[in-house]
Amino acid sequence: MKKITTPEELDSFRKSLLEKEKSGMVYVSVCLGTGCQAYGSKNVAESLKQEIEKQRLSEKVKIKTTGCHGFCERGPIVVIRPTGIFYQKVKPEDAHEIVNRTVMNGELIEHLLYVEPGTEKKVIYEKDVPFYKKQNRIVSGNNGSIDPADIEDYIRIGGYSALPKTLFKMSPEEIIEEIKKSGLMGRGGGGFPTGVKWESCREAHGEPKYVLCNAEEGNPGAFMDRSLLEGNPHSVLEGMIIGAYAIGSNEGYIYVRMEYPLAVERLKIAIAQAEEYGLLGKNILGSGLDFTIKINRGGGAFVCGESTALMASIEGKVGEPRTKYIHTVESGLWEKPSNLNNVKTWANVPLIINKGAEWYSKIGTTKSKGTKIFSLVGKINNTGLIEIPMGMTLREIIYDIGGGIPGGKKFKAVQTGGPSGGCIPEEFIDLRVDYDELTKVGSMMGSGGMIVMDENTCMVDIAKYFLTFLADESCGKCVPCREGVYRMLKIVTAITEGKGKEEDIPLLEELSKTIVDTSLCALGGTAPNPVMSTIKYFKNEYEAHIKEKKCPAGVCKALIRYEILADKCTGCGACLKSCPQEAISGEKKKVHKITQEKCIKCGICMDTCKFEAIRIL
Amino acid sequence: MNEEKIKEILNRYKNESGALIPVMQDIQVEYRYLPKETLLFVARELKVPLSRIYSIANFYNAFSLKPKGEHLISVCLGTACHVRGGKRIAEEVERTLNIKSGETTPDLNFTLETVNCLGACALGPVVVVDGHYHGQMTSLKMKKLLSKLIESKGNGKDEENNNSRRT
Repeated sequence: MKKITTPEELDSFRKSLLEKEKSGMVYVSVCLGTGCQAYGSKNVAESLKQEIEKQRLSEKVKIKTTGCHGFCERGPIVVIRPTGIFYQKVKPEDAHEIVNRTVMNGELIEHLLYVEPGTEKKVIYEKDVPFYKKQNRIVSGNNGSIDPADIEDYIRIGGYSALPKTLFKMSPEEIIEEIKKSGLMGRGGGGFPTGVKWESCREAHGEPKYVLCNAEEGNPGAFMDRSLLEGNPHSVLEGMIIGAYAIGSNEGYIYVRMEYPLAVERLKIAIAQAEEYGLLGKNILGSGLDFTIKINRGGGAFVCGESTALMASIEGKVGEPRTKYIHTVESGLWEKPSNLNNVKTWANVPLIINKGAEWYSKIGTTKSKGTKIFSLVGKINNTGLIEIPMGMTLREIIYDIGGGIPGGKKFKAVQTGGPSGGCIPEEFIDLRVDYDELTKVGSMMGSGGMIVMDENTCMVDIAKYFLTFLADESCGKCVPCREGVYRMLKIVTAITEGKGKEEDIPLLEELSKTIVDTSLCALGGTAPNPVMSTIKYFKNEYEAHIKEKKCPAGVCKALIRYEILADKCTGCGACLKSCPQEAISGEKKKVHKITQEKCIKCGICMDTCKFEAIRIL
Repeated sequence: MNEEKIKEILNRYKNESGALIPVMQDIQVEYRYLPKETLLFVARELKVPLSRIYSIANFYNAFSLKPKGEHLISVCLGTACHVRGGKRIAEEVERTLNIKSGETTPDLNFTLETVNCLGACALGPVVVVDGHYHGQMTSLKMKKLLSKLIESKGNGKDEENNNSRRT
């Protein structure tokens, strides 16, 4: 491919790509997101390809392997385009039928259609699936229709059209003004106005300036950045190039966590292709702008998501944060002005430039603009990746999009903001999700993890879970976080083991306050949030553990026991055989019994039992 | 130690500031841990104190100073997996292999790791064995998977490894 050297060349190249497409080609999109791949979507794509080859249809039908479609629960997902017929849980052996019946004859394959739970209605098109219906997928929507390893796909759908607009028709100041007007705020969770950050970095003294992308998505229960990088890496690159021009930078870095090998691979391909096409590197599109992007693989440290720690890590040091009397926009990477934004923030930029700040700022609430991508996970029917306008209520998210709680269980709480966030109880189910509202109830937006919990989730155990995580991930530089979080963990652990004392709750509250006030960085400063929010809304659960030595949700091992229900046990002996402790006894066809002294509460018997005859007391 | 190999890794990042961590990452990939002599060599070549290399090796989860097993079992303990019972899965592995999280069996066959989210939350609880994802695990399914792995080791057939779909 010859380098594209002017905006006009890019335009005519795009036109030629569009013309090629017009000829009635049918596209079969197969999701190769991590979720679908784990369900075997690679084999599905392979079978489809073979089928096309066998029938010599490659002139009419093309298999497109794409990034995450979002509806991970129903993977592997296949969508026929342009019609939009949506197939779920597709197996390699369905390939023949998909090609012969649907692609060639427009017939539907009933057993691959999505069935709406409750109404039992079969849904044909992607847009009508309730999971997608209420979403507004302006940033993540293209994931499902482009091949992330093919830059031409991105260009064809209008990608890299914001770039020449900024390079040739706007001054850096105008771009910054546009971003400011759009109301875009840091999508990593901080919520700092992006335009203001860019402006500070542009005005900062010192050369060179760096443009950085934060893809150290360390929050457990979140995979939005991963999906964007894997599904539409060029949207992130385009955002970064525009940012580089606005800020006045020639060097960029993307810091990706090591647990995301596929994202790294896709980024490498995307960067190489963008360079090949003249959209990255020297004299981009003939504008005179030079900009390169390098990838840094993270070392597997949560704290490296913090800006100063991330920059230290790129410098080849231990990822310890520093105090921020001087902001990183003034003195960041190698003590030079550095502008760090999250993956999603960068991906929003081309959109704002293309459609305008006014359009963008109409989406969302008064103070929080645009859409937000969440990973909707945990005890929820429709697990997956969702993109919603700011201001949607938790109820709409959990019940309309998420399809409610599995097994008819009762909703208890939703956790947002990762280890820095909090648990929001049922009484706030009608809360409108935006930066301010989440903070008001003691949680935060965070980068977008949304973990749903039901009646079988123990909130004290959740507090312990996050404290374990944070104690492990604390970098150890400052005392309040290193020692304080560890102390809180010890206290909460004792509570879950039935050794809690009544004075523990006020002690936890006091410790929390001190850690929040005195920690060096945001990791420590927000570390007590999961404890504080669970004490605030679920004090009764703490009290049950402390006073009654009971775990109401049946989770904390020291406070529960497994029992066999005499009226349901058939005496089949399955549990007896599976028990690793030989703690179960009983004759064939007679009710079995668990010897509590031997039981280690591993739960295997409960997994094994087909008659729901084992319960936790 | 294969000096040529280490030199080749060092060459990949020649003249780059901040090369130390990528160099160490590549050595980790090559050897599945950071052998002492490679670190001594890197310290000399890059002219950085060994103490700094040691602190980095200790700080980041990506690095291990001890040899890892041939098979890596990663049990996800991200929040989504946790609420769906991920911990019980890790305990099952600990019990069966008689090692704790982060440890390797004495025969160097298996290493158990618990990780803070693999970003495959929809499949939770997730276990990844040598790059192969196993979703919606239960203690029972883990038990079966482990006996299959141990058996294939015993037979000298490394079925799981050969068929793995790397993701």
